[in-house]
Amino acid sequence: MSTETDTQTRKDSEQFAREEERWRGRMSSEHDDDLPIDESRPMRREARQLLGSLLAPYKKMVVVLIVLVIIENLARLSVPRLVQVGIDHGVPPISRANDPHVLLIVLGVLVAVVTVQAVTRMFFLRQSGTIGELALLELRRRIFRHFQRLDVSFHDKYTSGRVVSRSTNDVEAIQDMLENGFDSLVTAVLTLVGTAVLLITLDVELGLICLVSFPILVALSAWFRGASSRTYREVRESAALVIVQFVETMTGIKAVQAYRREPRNQEIFEEVAERYRVINEKTFRLVAIFMPSVKLIGNIMTGIVLLYGGYRVLHGHMTVGVLTAFLLYLRMFFEPMQDITQFFNTFQSASSALEKVAGVIATPPGIKDPDEPKQLEKVDGAVEFDDVRFEYVADRPVLPGLTLDIPAGQTVALVGTTGAGKTTIAKLMARFYDPTSGAVRLDGVDLRDVDQPQLRRHVVLVTQENFMFEGSVADNIRFGKPTATDAEIRAAAEAVGADHFIDKLPDGYDTDVAKRGGRLSAGQRQLVAFARAFLADPAVLILDEATSSLDIPSERLVQRALETVLADRTALIIAHRLSTVEVADRVLVLEHGRVLEDGTPADLIGAGDGRYAALHRAWVESLA
Amino acid sequence: MTQQPSPATVPSDNRSTSHTASDGLISAPKVSPSPERHRRTTSLLRLAPYIRPYRARWISMLLFSLASLSATIVIPLMTKAVIDGPVSHHDQRGLWVLGTAALAIGMAEAILWFGRRWLVARATMGIERDIRKDMYARLQVLPMSFHGGWQSGQLLSRIMNDLSMIRRLLSFGIVMLILNSLQIVVVTIILLVLYWPLGAVVVISIVPIAVTVLHNQRKFTKLSRMAQDQTGVVATTVEESALGLRVIKSFGREDYIYDRFDEKATELFDIQVRKVRLQASFWTLLEVIPNITLIIVLGLGAAATGSGAITLGTLVAFITMMLSLVWPISSLGFLLSMSQEAMTAADRVVEIFDTEPDITDGPVAELSHGGSLRLTDVGFKFPDAGDDDDAWALRHVNLELTPGETIALVGATGSGKSVLTSLIPRLYDVTEGRIEVDGTDIRELTLPALRETVATAFEDPTLFSLSVRENLTLGRPEATDEEIAEAIDVAQAHFVHDLPFGLETRIGEQGMSLSGGQRQRLSLARAVLTHPKVLVLDDTLSALDVHTESLVEEALRRVLHEVTGLVVAHRASTVLLADRVALLQDGRITHVGTHAQLLATVPSYRYLLAADDELDDGADPDPTWCTDDDRRCAQDGVEITEGSEEASRDDLSGVHRPMREARR
Repeated sequence: MSTETDTQTRKDSEQFAREEERWRGRMSSEHDDDLPIDESRPMRREARQLLGSLLAPYKKMVVVLIVLVIIENLARLSVPRLVQVGIDHGVPPISRANDPHVLLIVLGVLVAVVTVQAVTRMFFLRQSGTIGELALLELRRRIFRHFQRLDVSFHDKYTSGRVVSRSTNDVEAIQDMLENGFDSLVTAVLTLVGTAVLLITLDVELGLICLVSFPILVALSAWFRGASSRTYREVRESAALVIVQFVETMTGIKAVQAYRREPRNQEIFEEVAERYRVINEKTFRLVAIFMPSVKLIGNIMTGIVLLYGGYRVLHGHMTVGVLTAFLLYLRMFFEPMQDITQFFNTFQSASSALEKVAGVIATPPGIKDPDEPKQLEKVDGAVEFDDVRFEYVADRPVLPGLTLDIPAGQTVALVGTTGAGKTTIAKLMARFYDPTSGAVRLDGVDLRDVDQPQLRRHVVLVTQENFMFEGSVADNIRFGKPTATDAEIRAAAEAVGADHFIDKLPDGYDTDVAKRGGRLSAGQRQLVAFARAFLADPAVLILDEATSSLDIPSERLVQRALETVLADRTALIIAHRLSTVEVADRVLVLEHGRVLEDGTPADLIGAGDGRYAALHRAWVESLA
Repeated sequence: MTQQPSPATVPSDNRSTSHTASDGLISAPKVSPSPERHRRTTSLLRLAPYIRPYRARWISMLLFSLASLSATIVIPLMTKAVIDGPVSHHDQRGLWVLGTAALAIGMAEAILWFGRRWLVARATMGIERDIRKDMYARLQVLPMSFHGGWQSGQLLSRIMNDLSMIRRLLSFGIVMLILNSLQIVVVTIILLVLYWPLGAVVVISIVPIAVTVLHNQRKFTKLSRMAQDQTGVVATTVEESALGLRVIKSFGREDYIYDRFDEKATELFDIQVRKVRLQASFWTLLEVIPNITLIIVLGLGAAATGSGAITLGTLVAFITMMLSLVWPISSLGFLLSMSQEAMTAADRVVEIFDTEPDITDGPVAELSHGGSLRLTDVGFKFPDAGDDDDAWALRHVNLELTPGETIALVGATGSGKSVLTSLIPRLYDVTEGRIEVDGTDIRELTLPALRETVATAFEDPTLFSLSVRENLTLGRPEATDEEIAEAIDVAQAHFVHDLPFGLETRIGEQGMSLSGGQRQRLSLARAVLTHPKVLVLDDTLSALDVHTESLVEEALRRVLHEVTGLVVAHRASTVLLADRVALLQDGRITHVGTHAQLLATVPSYRYLLAADDELDDGADPDPTWCTDDDRRCAQDGVEITEGSEEASRDDLSGVHRPMREARR
């Protein structure tokens, strides 16, 4: 291990990258990681702005704290000075004339000074700590809010593990700085400046000699800053990889165990954990060079002062008391240097985390609310696709130019093979994405002119994902309408026929769905999701393969419910089961983003030679 | 836990010879056993074996620290010697000699510092990594029942946060704590030697310090545990909001979910502020006490100098020494907080290590030859379910599959089908009864052997953010390209070739960028690729369109011909893959027979699959299904077989009234 050098570390990280591609696969050709934001770019400006805005509300308090901390440090610094005065002027009268007068005054002042120090210190620690926590809370809130605001296509690429990493691990790196950093930095800087001033006033010549060390220290810090900010960025990245791997394993633990993925996972995890170790060690090595160097400079300075000061005392240019005090202060000068370097290190680590977070916060959501949103009064639910083109990848349109009119109240079923663009239409309608060109309108209003809270009230998309949040079954249904009463929740569950299985759960509606709804089967989760959507009562309901896991009786119940529930609202249904499609007023057969057939189910079947008729025949045969 | 098959039990089958213990995952965290009496430090000490491989480095780090500490102590003494000696006696030569020596010691101190810091990383980062690896391994083998009960954010905060806290204690905390205590002790002794009456004053000042520390510790321990647990809660909410993002967006519930988060983050904030307040008074006290002592020493020392008991030089040295105590004492506050947090972290880590997986390997590593599957009187209830009869998710389930046979499992939502499929690969263990593969209780088999024999495609296909290839070969990393191509054929998953990098394309997290049907097909291909003896398909074709479904079914029929299959089915078309059908109602298998038989004789079966109704009515837009409005029709029309069938809606949801009445 002792042969390990920087070259080897570099080689290791290249090897890691190759290894990683082998199992993670590729996302894009230019960049090895196709993230929606370039996270390798330093974001110093954004980070500074973010930190500034976090602390801005406490400007006044920060000023008060700085004043307090100055007082506190003056008190702290005056202690050795007073001790020196006591020794130089208080002790001789006692020896000479047994007169403790001066000494008692000095001691009295010392008591006062220590009291001031205690009070100011206590207040400072409480207030600065509280401000740090407040800023941290605000940061957590902002990150959370912003991730929620960012659009679906951002999240498609960013992955949840990374979201978790930014919101937890990075915030904690910043926490280190906000909790104790401010304290040590302010104290250290003030002690440093105060001592420097005292050193010069005590003895100009010696003081100036000491100040020679300044430029060396500055140069050293500049080197450390450059080297460590690079390294710490890598630390954040590799921490994110560890977290992503961890979160995915725990989320998919069922598949992991059933497919004996554990050994391979272990291998991958050990790889990323090792990479995290290697890069962390590198930061330690930088610190190992930086901090002792500062110490070295300090100790050399002390030696020089001792020699030169002693020489001057010998020649009567200086008193012993001054030299002693000088040496004391010199110690006090270099001790905070250690604190400052320590803080500097914490700061470097925190600021790379801050950069990552700031990069996310500075990313504008792709789906924006208009500056002056139009108000939707009463929504009828007429949906219009006006020459809509949409492409995920440039020049590979999924929808080459779709024009479609759905009158209010109509139930439309989309039929077509994989890649026909059915889900894309659903997502455009719910404004998960914006069209590349053309417009989607609700009651004649372009979706881009409506703010999202309004839109979401009127348009709800139910997918097959059926995510269950922590909490009870009732909580999960209530998600559709947070103000719903228990009676409304029951009514919604009954409407979709979910009440039967819920009643049979150990605690009925209050049954905890357990992590990710693991207690519920896929079919049960779909029923809960349906109840949720019905409770939300939107003008436009989009169902994307939302019935696929239901058994036939449940599906029938849902269909029956759909017939009543959808009677007075617009609906878009994507389903592979033609039984579900049959409830529609109108069927659209899609192929490569174009409408091939358009008509009522009966008409299309009646026509006999179309695709839908063929599908229907195949379906009928499959039932035999 | 290592399963090394003895030569006698290794079958001659080629597939099995490569099957050794290395296939399984061994989780043997190196924690010492828990002692009877639990102290605050117990958990941390139990992690001590992790230090063992690094102990040489760790001890050298400690030695370096000790050496640099002695330099730190010697430097003011040298200063004193210079001032009291050459400076006071006008000895210029002595000044140069002693002064240069002081300079040399100063430089040596810096070099020793470097040595210590250089070693820190090597000594402790490896420990953190080792514990992290073992914790991950343990979490991977802990069964579903464990994972169902734990918030994932709690696990995450343990494996990241808590481990780095422990590491920080090991790299700095302990060292500083040792050094500072040593420094305090050594300096105090020197002070006693210099002039004992003043030294005694310093010793006495330790009493209020000790009191403060002890008083603080209890409160801080509680707060730090609360803070660390709450950090896990916040992480859980964050994770949930990221995973459920699309649902949150479709309902426009950003505010709702934000409020939930905010509540938890604010709670964390409140705890942290309480911690800040406690620390503020604690740390201040530790700073003030040495200063007060200093004042007393100055007063008494001046008096002593006045009376000629000590020289001025001694007083200066004494006070210089005392000043060097201020920092070690006040930093105790920070260090002790850090130790408390690390101890709490260790408690939380050991908590995981102490959770023994209750689903563990049996002694038999032999793979199944035939693939017969027998369920005998199988009962299952979730660990937290109650004691009454309703708590059973499955009860008295008997089912026998001969090698190569396929049985379809049909039942209403909530009848226990999915639970039953999880029992076969032992994701959960049966609560009563037994499941046998080739006559061997599956609990007798090693988990790798069992899970190599049984492959399951789940209803919710989990894909990882890995390449398509890696996702497909999850259960069979050594699969050849031909085998992969074959599996893709069976599952009609040819779309993978159209992805930008073919099989090497990373598919989004949980296959987000793929449609439901595509995900299901990959999941199916994954199961087929493992070449299992027993293939369990949990409604894996539900999201496929009719055309693809019939192609998949055709291919599956070939596959199922060779393996024993258990197929959960909601549709007649899927049922037709099977030789026989088992009807699951209310956690029991009530009927077994061919599709045609059950269709003809069991109304509740007909009700579930309903193919006949739909066929009879053809394109009739208003099929005569039994629903709420006409429940009576169902009750009237279908009273047959065994006299216990009643195909009402109650029956469909699994309540089997006559049988329950019989039990009472």
